[in-house]
Amino acid sequence: MTQEALVRGKKVKLHDMCLRDGMHSMRHQITIEQMIDIATGLDEAGVPLLQVTHGDGLGGSSLNYGRGLHSDREYITAVASRMKNAVVSVLHVPGIGTLDELRMAADCGAGCVHVASHCTEADVTEQHIGLGLQLGMDTVGFLMMAHMTPVPSLVEQALLMESYGAETVYCTDSAGYMLPDEVTARIGAMRAALKPETEIGFHGHHNLGMGVVNSIAAVGAGASRIDGSAAGLGAGAGNTPLELFAAVAERMGIETGIDLFRLMDTAEDRVLPIMPKPPRADRDSLTLGWAGVYSTFLYAAKDCQQKYGLPARDLLVELGRLKMIGGQEDMIEDTALTMAKARGLIGSGN
Amino acid sequence: MTKIKCAIIGPGNIGTDLLYKLMRSDVLEPVWMVGVDPASSGLARAREFGLKTTEDGVDGLVPHVVADNIQIAFDATSAYVHGENSRKLNELGVFMVDLTPAAIGPYCVPPVNLAALADSGVMNVNMVTCAGQATIPMVNAVSRVQPVEYAEIVATVASKSIGPGTRKNIDEFTRTTSGAVTRVGGAVTGKALVVVNPAEPPLMMRDTIYCETVDAPDKDSITRSVHEMIADVQKYVPGYRLKNGPTFEGRKVSIFLEVEGLGDFLPKYAGNLDIMTAAAARTAELFARKIIDGTFVPAANSATEAA
Repeated sequence: MTQEALVRGKKVKLHDMCLRDGMHSMRHQITIEQMIDIATGLDEAGVPLLQVTHGDGLGGSSLNYGRGLHSDREYITAVASRMKNAVVSVLHVPGIGTLDELRMAADCGAGCVHVASHCTEADVTEQHIGLGLQLGMDTVGFLMMAHMTPVPSLVEQALLMESYGAETVYCTDSAGYMLPDEVTARIGAMRAALKPETEIGFHGHHNLGMGVVNSIAAVGAGASRIDGSAAGLGAGAGNTPLELFAAVAERMGIETGIDLFRLMDTAEDRVLPIMPKPPRADRDSLTLGWAGVYSTFLYAAKDCQQKYGLPARDLLVELGRLKMIGGQEDMIEDTALTMAKARGLIGSGN
Repeated sequence: MTKIKCAIIGPGNIGTDLLYKLMRSDVLEPVWMVGVDPASSGLARAREFGLKTTEDGVDGLVPHVVADNIQIAFDATSAYVHGENSRKLNELGVFMVDLTPAAIGPYCVPPVNLAALADSGVMNVNMVTCAGQATIPMVNAVSRVQPVEYAEIVATVASKSIGPGTRKNIDEFTRTTSGAVTRVGGAVTGKALVVVNPAEPPLMMRDTIYCETVDAPDKDSITRSVHEMIADVQKYVPGYRLKNGPTFEGRKVSIFLEVEGLGDFLPKYAGNLDIMTAAAARTAELFARKIIDGTFVPAANSATEAA
C-alpha cells in the first residue's frame, strides 16, 4: 500500500510546541506579549493544543537549564486566559518538576499534561500521571529519546504508562535521530500493544530534516497526535515545522481541522520575527541528529565552544558516546572542562 | 572493645550493604536483621553471617530488644512504615537511624551536622536521600565561607541503582533533597534535580552543585573549603571525588563530582547507595561512641511510656 493510501482520511490532532520546545532556542526568554501574540494566532488557526512551559517543563527554570524570563505561572495564566478553543498543555518531567507545580499549572488553566521520562524509565511517572488524571487533565505519557531503546522495550514502557492511566502515549524523537522505518516500527508496535482507546503520539525534531516525513510515517502506523512547532521553533534544528506538516497532511488527505493559511501566517508573521535566526540544521544540530544526542544540548555546547574554544560538534559527539540523556545538561560543562583540559585549551586548575 | 548492638530493619539492597559495613565497625555489632518475607534472600544472607532474623517485621524484634541489648536500629524500609517502627523502638530506648524519606527526626549529613546532632540527645535522625548525602556537604562547603542565596543540585544515578520504591515516590525524593539543601546545606533557597540514566555499563553516580553567593565569591577560600570537605567525606566514602571545578562565573560557583561506591554488596557504580549506607554507619558510630563513653544515654520515650 502506498503511504498516501495508508493515511488518507485519518484524523490527527496537532499539538504546537513552539512556546515550550521553542523556549530552548530562545534561551527561555520569550516575553509574555510574544507568547500571547503567537498563542492567539495558533488558536485562531484552529490548533487544538499548544504547549506553554519552560523548555524543560514545569520547574525547569534553573541554573542547570537556564532561567526563564517569567515563571511558568505567569506564562500559563497569560496564555490560557486568552484561548477561545485551544487547550494549553504543559510539559512535566518527574525529577525536575514536582506535583505542586503540576497543581499550579492546572489552577492556572492548563488542560493537558505531557508527563515525560527517558524511554526506559516510565516507572518514575506513576505519581505524576495519577495526579494529572485526578486534576481532570488530558494526561499524556511522553517517552523521550525513544531511539535509545529497542522496540519491545519501548512497548513495555508505553504499557506501563498506560497502566498508570495515561490516555495517550508518545514516541518522542528528542534527538531527531529516527528514520521513517524506525518510526513506523515503533508506532506500529505501540499501536498493536496498547488499548484501542489509548491514543498514540509522535514528537519529531528536524535535525536530519525528517520531521515531516517521520510524522507522516507515524500517522501511517497509527499515531493520532502529532507535535510540531510553528516555523519549526524548537530545540536543535527545530521541531517538525507545523505548517509544513499541515500542508503535506492536507495534500495526503489527513484531516487536521487546521486553517492552513492562518497557521502559515502565524508562523511567518508572529513566530519568525522573534527568532534570532530561523532554525536550520547547521553542523552542530545535524550532529545531534546524526549521533542521537538530546536536542537541547545544542545551546550549552555552543556556549562551551565560546568559552573554551572546544568545537561544539566534538563535544556533542562525546556526550553521545557517554550516553548522556535529557536532563543531564550539567554534564555538558563537565565534559567540556575535561576535554578542554586534555587538549590543553585550559589549565588543569579549572 | 565493647560494641553497641544493632538491628537492621529491611533486608534489601540497602540493608544488606549496610550490614557489610557494620560488620567492619569497631563500635557497632549487627545482631538482628528484620524483614517481612520468609523467602527473602537478604534474611538468608544475614543468617549466614550469624545474625538473628525475623520475618515478622519490627513486632518480631520488639520482644528481644531488652534481652539482646539492642541500642541502635537502622530503618531501610519505606517512609510509610518508618513512623510506627520508630515509635515502637524509641519506646524501648533504641536510637533510630532512618534511611527512608520519612524524616521524622532531623536531617543528618555527617560532615555538616552530625557532631551537633550527637550532642543534642535526639533519638531519631534522618539520612535525607542519596542525592542529599552527596551534594549537601558541597553546598555547606560554600555556605560556610560566605552566604549562599541559592543552591541547586543535579544528581544523576544509574537506572540499576534506584529501586521501585524511590521511583514510585520520586516526588518525595526530589522535595526532601531540596528541603535539606537549604536546611542543612545553608542556602537561603534551593532546588534539586534528579536524573535516572539507563546506560550500560551503568554510569557512576554524578553530582553537580551550583551555588549562587550573595556577594562576589571568594574563589580561594571556597576552593580550599571544597577540598577540605571532600577529604572529610572521603573518610567514609573513599570514592567521593571532585571531577571538575569549582569554577566561578559571576556569582555562580559550580562543582562537579563523581561518587564511586566501595562495592561491598552493591556494585561500585551505585555510589548513591554506598554514600547512604556509609553515612548511616558513620552516624551510628558516633552515637555508639557516645553511648560507650557515657555522654549519650538513649532514653525511652517517656510520653508513650506514661500512656
